[in-house]
Formats: sequence, C-alpha cells, structure tokens
Amino acid sequence: MPKITFIEHNGTAHVVDAEIGASVMRAAVDNNVPGIDGDCGGECACATCHVYVEPEWEAVTGSRTESEETMLSFAAATKDNSRLSCQITVSDALDGLVVHMPDGQH
Amino acid sequence: MSAIVVVGAGHAAIQLAASLRQGGYDGEITLIEAEAGLPYQRPPLSKAYLSGQMEEKALALRPESFYAAQRVRLIEADPVVGIDRAGQVVRLGSGARVPYGHLVLATGAANRALPVPGAELPGVAGLRTLADTKALKAVLPDLRRVVVIGAGFIGLEFAAVAAERGISVTVIEAAPRPLMRGVSAVMSDHLAAVHRGWGTRLLTGTGVRAVVGDGRAEGVETSEGEVIAADLVLVAIGVVPNTRLALEAGLEVGNGIVVDGLLSTGDPLISAIGDCASFPMGGQMVRLESVQNASDQARSLADRLLGKPVPYARLPWFWSDQASLKLQIAGLSGGHDQAVLRGDPASGAFSVFCFRGERLLAVESLNRAAEHMMARRILAGEPRLTAGQAADPGFDLRSA
Ligand SMILES: Cc1cc2nc3c(=O)[nH]c(=O)nc-3n(C[C@H](O)[C@H](O)[C@H](O)COP(=O)(O)OP(=O)(O)OC[C@H]3O[C@@H](n4cnc5c(N)ncnc54)[C@H](O)[C@@H]3O)c2cc1C
Ligand code: FES
Repeated sequence: MPKITFIEHNGTAHVVDAEIGASVMRAAVDNNVPGIDGDCGGECACATCHVYVEPEWEAVTGSRTESEETMLSFAAATKDNSRLSCQITVSDALDGLVVHMPDGQH
Repeated sequence: MSAIVVVGAGHAAIQLAASLRQGGYDGEITLIEAEAGLPYQRPPLSKAYLSGQMEEKALALRPESFYAAQRVRLIEADPVVGIDRAGQVVRLGSGARVPYGHLVLATGAANRALPVPGAELPGVAGLRTLADTKALKAVLPDLRRVVVIGAGFIGLEFAAVAAERGISVTVIEAAPRPLMRGVSAVMSDHLAAVHRGWGTRLLTGTGVRAVVGDGRAEGVETSEGEVIAADLVLVAIGVVPNTRLALEAGLEVGNGIVVDGLLSTGDPLISAIGDCASFPMGGQMVRLESVQNASDQARSLADRLLGKPVPYARLPWFWSDQASLKLQIAGLSGGHDQAVLRGDPASGAFSVFCFRGERLLAVESLNRAAEHMMARRILAGEPRLTAGQAADPGFDLRSA
C-alpha cells in the first residue's frame, strides 16, 4: 500500500497506508488523521478535506478538477498548491506523498 | 472520564468517536447500533449508490480496521431498549446491559409512515437504510412506472435517478410546491420545471387517498380521484425523530430530544446530537436533518466532553444532487420575506439570497459551488450584504 504523510498545521505528522483507488481524503479519514473531515463523503461539496500538496508532488497528483477549482477559489486559506484531497485518487505513484493541512477546515 | 456510550452508530456517532480520539480521550467508547454491518453514509443511498456509480464498500463511514485501531467498540444488530438513569446503564434487545459514565443519544430519525389504506402492501417502499436501498436497487431494472409520494429532497433525488433510467415517474406532493419547507419559492419552481423537463409528472397540491392493488401495490389513488398505475410506490414524506428511548427515560421531548446550547439533555449525564436532537439556534428550537449538523454537533460535543464547552452555533449547510443538478444551501431560509436572484435561472446556474428585512438568512446555490462557499463565509460572520449587492453580478461577494 502506498504511504502518505499528512502534516497538521502544528507540525504533527501522520504516516498512513492508503488504499489504491480510494481518495487521499479517505486515507486520512479512515486512519482518523485530525484536520481532514471529509463531511460530504468526497462529493466535492464541503471543502473540509483541503490540503497543500508539496511542490515536488504536484506533477503526480495532477491538476484540480473544475468543481474543485470553484470550491477552492473561495475556501479559506487557499494557496497555489491547494487541493481538495477527495479529488486525488491514490495510486502506486503516490507512494511517499506529503501533504500539509491548513489551520482549520471550517 | 468513565465510559462513553453512544446509542446509534450513524454519522453523528462515528464523528463523535473519531473526534474524541483525535482530542486525546483515552477512555472506553462503545457504540450500540440496531442495524447490522459496518456503519455507513446515508446521502449516497438516494444518489450515487442508488444509481450504481458508487460501490457498497465506499459507503462505509470508516473501514473495519478503524474500530480496532481507535479502540471503538461497536455492538451491532442489537438495539437499546431502555435507559436506567439511576443505575447509569442501558438495556439492549439481547438482554445485555451496558453501563455508562456519559450517554449520548444519536438515534437519528425514521421514515414517517403513510397514513392511508394500502400503505402496507408489498411494492410500497421507503428509503432510509442500506437495506431499503438494496431492495430498491434489486427491482429498479424491472420497473416501468413508479409513483413517488412526497417531493422532498429524498423523493426528488430518487425521482431523478429513476427518470434517468427511462422509468416513467410521477411525484405526488400535498404542498403547493416541492421542497416547501426546504427552499425558496424561486428555487422550488425552478427545480419543479427541471424535473418536468426530464419527463417526470409532478402533481402538487395533491393528496393521496390510498395505495391500491390486489396483494401488492399497483397504483396510487390521489385526492382528485385519479388512479396512477405503478410497479413501485416510494413513500418519502419526511421523517420522525427517534425519541422513544428518551421519552420513556423521562427526558424532555418536543420535536426531537430537547437539549440546551451545549447539547445536554436535562440529565447532565445524557446528551443528544444529530437528527434526533432539538436544540436552540437563533432564539428558537430547531431540529435539522443533515450530515453537517450531525458532524458539527458531534465535534462540539466531543469538545465539551474533553473539557472545552462552547455553545453550539455552527452555520447549517446542506447539499442535494439530482442528476445534473447540484443544489447547495447555506443557512436556514425559514421566515425569509425577500428572495433575491443572482444569475439567471434559465442558464441553469444561479443563487437565491434569502433575506428577512435587511438580514441575510440563507443562500441557495444551484450549480454554483463558488457562491455557496462565499455564502458560507458571509453567513458564518455578521452578514452585512444588502439585497442590492446580492443581485448585482458586478458586485464582488468577496468584499461583503
Ligand atoms: C436517502 C438519504 C439521503 C440523504 N441525503 C443527504 C444529503 O445529501 N445531504 C445531507 O446533508 N444529508 C442527507 N441526508 C440526511 C443525513 O443522512 C442525516 O442527517 C444523518 O444521517 C444524520 O445522522 P445521525 O447520526 O443523526 O442519524 P443516522 O445516520 O440516522 O443514525 C442513527 C442510527 O441510530 C440507530 N438507532 C436508532 N435507534 C436505536 C436504538 N434504540 N438502539 C440502537 N441503535 C439505534 C439507527 O439504526 C441509525 O443507524 C440523507 C438521508 C437519507 C436517508
Ligand atoms: S470531502 Fe467534501 S469536498 Fe472533499
């Protein structure tokens, strides 16, 4: 299973095993990583799964979907490397991925 | 603190367990659930899972490994049948007894039964549980005509999935328009027109006299006396909160289990959250049926149980997917006296800003996710947006 590292705003890191084919949001929620809520279940409707992707990973995680783009353009603390983690699908290529979390999702 | 026991293992209960562990709670957590199987998400039951776009496995709120890893004990297929408040113990259907230090009622709601003759016939279905949806999915391929009773969110979502499959759909609604309690008249009229455009026959201001059929449902007789043929009748006329346990335990029950701003019942050792709870918001008692409400109340209660009590005051928001329509609502529009359009409904993407007097109460966005997000930010603060600004496409909502 690919390993993904989630780093909380306060610096605490969580390394989890992610299931291939599921979303990065699921990997966090399934492992109870604090700071990723995923309230809408991955429907791109809540923006409570916001993460920052480390620059070297952006090529692998791909670009934002259209609905993700609109959600993010108005979410709190959006940066250039912001993604909604429910819109990133886990694959072997993501093994070692590091994402950071914003201060809060609400 | 000693053991936390939760009745129900739905959205609210699972979020509570997750948040308690995230917050460092180290004691016992026991969730007691009447249904069998892994606790699951309900929204996809009338959307992606029903339509076949989502697999059953993806419905689980958490994987099986979560429960062991987070030390959350799940007792499934065994309902709580009584609460002994003096002894601080709950009784289960199996006869087992589970003691509690703090008890959380997260019992959700159950479908309102259709109070007419024939409602018990086979072929009359509801949509609340995974079992309900599985039964519907099994018959869906063979259906030619369905009648949906109730044009609420679930009725319309089911109608959208059925119409997309080429099934002939009739929706019967007693109120003068669909989603009467949920959305403004402008949004409701627009949604009605779109559903009609999909070929759905939508009868408003129409009651149901009976479900007719010989040994199984074959049609629905309306208050106008028309009999509409159906292979399946879906009853979606709302829910009633599961309050029986609370009532029998002598706790205050109104339209839901009554709690204070900290989500506590009159018994300091018993709290209630989610669909079953009636709580104070904006000077009145409200009960909401949404994932947001269940999740945010769970997080708020977890904070209190961890020693950080803050009165619950999160902004309500909600979404509903009906085929190509993505409706998102921020705030509660009840009692609005002015509905301001932003964007053109004819384009299929617009928002409705609902005001009472000068005050913005809620924003309904259709296929306008960005405005929904903006609305959530504006409403979470002290909204100063005026009706004129809301209606002006040149006005940047970010400056509100
Ligand atoms: C088909 C459908 C579609 C929906 N779509 C949306 C949507 O798009 N967006 C949205 O925000 N919301 C939606 N909702 C509403 C949302 O699912 C609910 O608001 C949410 O599930 C509430 O969570 P809860 O934990 O309070 O209750 P529930 O999820 O209902 O969980 C309560 C649990 O308690 C159990 N229980 C009850 N009594 C007992 C007892 N005595 N002993 C043991 N267990 C008991 C029940 O079996 C149930 O599993 C939808 C609901 C349905 C049914
Ligand atoms: S989980 Fe809701 S937007 Fe990602």
